Amino acid sequence: MHVRQVGDRAAVIDIKGDVTAASEPVLMSAYEQADSQGAQRLVLNFGELEYMNSGGIGMLVTFLIRANRHRQELAAFGLSDHYREIFELTRLDEAITIYDDERSALSDAAS
Amino acid sequence: MTDQAGPEDTPPAEPSPRATGHTAEGDAPAAPAQPLPRDAGSWASKVDRLTETRVGSPAANVVGRRLTGPVQGFGKMWRKTYRMNIGPGIPPERAIAIWKEHFAEFWPRGSKFEPSLTGISPGEVALLDVGIGGGARLSTGVFVLYADEVSFTLMTPQGHMFAGWITFSAERATGSDGRRAREARPTVVQTQVLMRANDPLYEVAMALGGHRKEDQFWIQTMTTLAKYLSAPPVEVHTRTVCVDPRRQWGNAGALWHNSMVRTALQAAAAPLASIAHRRRRAHRAAPARRP
Repeated sequence: MHVRQVGDRAAVIDIKGDVTAASEPVLMSAYEQADSQGAQRLVLNFGELEYMNSGGIGMLVTFLIRANRHRQELAAFGLSDHYREIFELTRLDEAITIYDDERSALSDAAS
Repeated sequence: MTDQAGPEDTPPAEPSPRATGHTAEGDAPAAPAQPLPRDAGSWASKVDRLTETRVGSPAANVVGRRLTGPVQGFGKMWRKTYRMNIGPGIPPERAIAIWKEHFAEFWPRGSKFEPSLTGISPGEVALLDVGIGGGARLSTGVFVLYADEVSFTLMTPQGHMFAGWITFSAERATGSDGRRAREARPTVVQTQVLMRANDPLYEVAMALGGHRKEDQFWIQTMTTLAKYLSAPPVEVHTRTVCVDPRRQWGNAGALWHNSMVRTALQAAAAPLASIAHRRRRAHRAAPARRP
């Protein structure tokens, strides 16, 4: 996972490969990095997501709670139709705003 | 993040055909299909509300209900993990296959799990009838959200005691001895619950012994599974973490769906309904009077 600081307020976390419960240390480390840079909006880029099981979804909930506790907004983009449906099925989309692309995810942060 | 509590006002939706890649007849030509990832067959298709078609099944607290995850719900969010080591003799895939096949048999006495004919597979709905202490019972259901060879996850509907996911999984232990062959490492079986109490009444019930009762429930279930697998005597280790101490007061209205209250009301109303039914039958059977 790679963290990119965008402006003063936002950070994009590029997620690659598999997301399972075992990914927690890596994702939380990415969170620490984004948080230390003062990001108020965290944007998850799922464009290169290859596999996600239910443990991965559970891990995203933990990530969401952590961001909420620090009053940070969480958004996502790059989800294929398959993963978008999983977000809707699990109702994660009610807490993590989903955008079509990075530009709209970030422009919403700027407004 | 507000749950849509209140009377159901829309009909249950049909599952989408995501996993199969089929589209409904009459659909407009779709954009080029995206390749499905390797987890595609493990996830249930999207549903908005649960359906239950088994004839005569007591599904009153299931039909038309929305699914609720840990993001919804009312109470504090908890992650409870129950783990046991069943030794190296039983591969994870076999442990999970047996657990899926005999899931209902491992439940503690007094609780009933009624799977669909196809059992634990993505998108299926199972009915539950659980004793929750003090003579109270909870009739509700669960939805199979995810299932693969080494894990499966159940998701709860509105009215269930908690909003969340229960994931059952097995894996080979990852010890410090990295050179040890995978098959020689013990299999660790786990139940993990990520949940919030669904409404204020359940939150109180969980605090007043509900959590303890739930711990006992899963420990007993896993111990029975271990015996069935002929594993050596096991100890189930429990770890409970409060992931979010905040309560979501915006979701307090979910009390409307409370299946424990509804189950009690349904039980209380059953004799009256039976009398009314018998009267209707007698009325229909009586010969019509001539003027």
